[in-house]
Amino acid sequence: MRIFDPHIHMTSRTTDDYAAMAAHGVRALVEPAFWLGQPRTSVGSFVDYFDALIGWEPFRASQFGIRHHCTIALNPKEANDPRCREVLDVLPRYLAKDGVVAVGEVGYDSMTPEEDEVFAAQLELAKRFELPVLVHTPHRDKAAGTTRTLDVVRESGVPAELVVVDHLNEVTVKEVADSGCWMGFSIYPDTKMDPDRMVVILQQFGTERILVNSAADWGTSDPLRTYATGQAMLAAGFTEDDVDQVLWRNPVAFYGQSGRLDLSDAAAEDTFAGNSILRGARS
Amino acid sequence: MKPGEVQRPGTTAALGVDVSAFAGRPLAEVFPAITRTVGKGALGNGWSADEAARAKLLAQASAAEIAELYRYGDTTEKLAILKALELEDVEQAVGAQGTALLEDAIRTNDQRLLATALGPYATRHLNTEAFRQAVLKCVFAGVPLAAVHGLPARADDELRRMMADFAAERRAAGRSVPLDLQPYLEG
Repeated sequence: MRIFDPHIHMTSRTTDDYAAMAAHGVRALVEPAFWLGQPRTSVGSFVDYFDALIGWEPFRASQFGIRHHCTIALNPKEANDPRCREVLDVLPRYLAKDGVVAVGEVGYDSMTPEEDEVFAAQLELAKRFELPVLVHTPHRDKAAGTTRTLDVVRESGVPAELVVVDHLNEVTVKEVADSGCWMGFSIYPDTKMDPDRMVVILQQFGTERILVNSAADWGTSDPLRTYATGQAMLAAGFTEDDVDQVLWRNPVAFYGQSGRLDLSDAAAEDTFAGNSILRGARS
Repeated sequence: MKPGEVQRPGTTAALGVDVSAFAGRPLAEVFPAITRTVGKGALGNGWSADEAARAKLLAQASAAEIAELYRYGDTTEKLAILKALELEDVEQAVGAQGTALLEDAIRTNDQRLLATALGPYATRHLNTEAFRQAVLKCVFAGVPLAAVHGLPARADDELRRMMADFAAERRAAGRSVPLDLQPYLEG
């Protein structure tokens, strides 16, 4: 089983996680820029975080043969803090980078006027840099938030096929399926979605335009939930090819629209033949 | 020049690339995206197309612009900047602050940055203490010493002492001593 995790926050994970992911078939991933649990209070904190997403984290991933790409944005939660608003000004620098395959996570948290402005501004950036968009849907008031999200996307003129609306569930999936946007599902140990519920959704909506991710981060989460979902699909009678479509070909197709996805070498980026790159990481 | 090494271009004029198509566009957006335009094919002179195009842009940039490109660069961009420092016109453009870029690269734990930072520019400009520490870090991080341009020429007694201590620590731990350290441990 080959796995592309389209949404996972590796900055918060250990090397044990990388090793376990590689052992279970994860060969590529996308790490979206989001918040870190602890609110940031200055633009500099974001810049250092973005630098890690295009620098240190891909290096760390490469040591386990995993290809790392990222998405860059000012997330909706911190869009509400005026001290962080100027992050918008540094985004163009990062959206030009090879390793950045989408604008994200954007969208709504509490659906404030500030979130409206920042969301709209970043949809414009997506058009300018010809990038797909990863849209987070709110944890509270999710159904209303999803409806509003789809309205804003429609008004922006960004084509639906360039947008994934993430963290969906039984209540919100239908509306996104009808919109033409991609449907994202975060499989969590307790909340959001679990593998068996995901299987039911796949039985109802099919395997096209669906992305399954672990969204693993600094909270209770599991970077192997993608693998668990693949196993649950097989147990429910889906074929190996169905699993490959959902866990590999779909994310490749979605992020491939950036023209920047590089999967040519999913092996570790050895600088010098015969030298273990792992040694330096521990130094 | 090390044995077997090809004659390397000394200035960006010798690289054989043209970046006039990018004139008038913001450097901060052109520089990171350049591989998607020119590709990364080998030019046969030790440079890839994107490295060469980036070097050319750097030669035309101010010292402040170069510092900013490095500051916001991803690893590939940083490697291109560090490599370009060996070219005369880029060395002139970056001025006195080139060593700050080297120091930044040497602080990382990325072997690619470490090795590329220790090119001809470092041989000419890095002070003795910083050079010794950087070489020892290469040994520690597994960067072959053959990749360090300033060796063996800049190896002095103090560096040999540091290497001998490193080797002794390795032996005490029952671990192997890197083979390329041997020439510095004799005599």
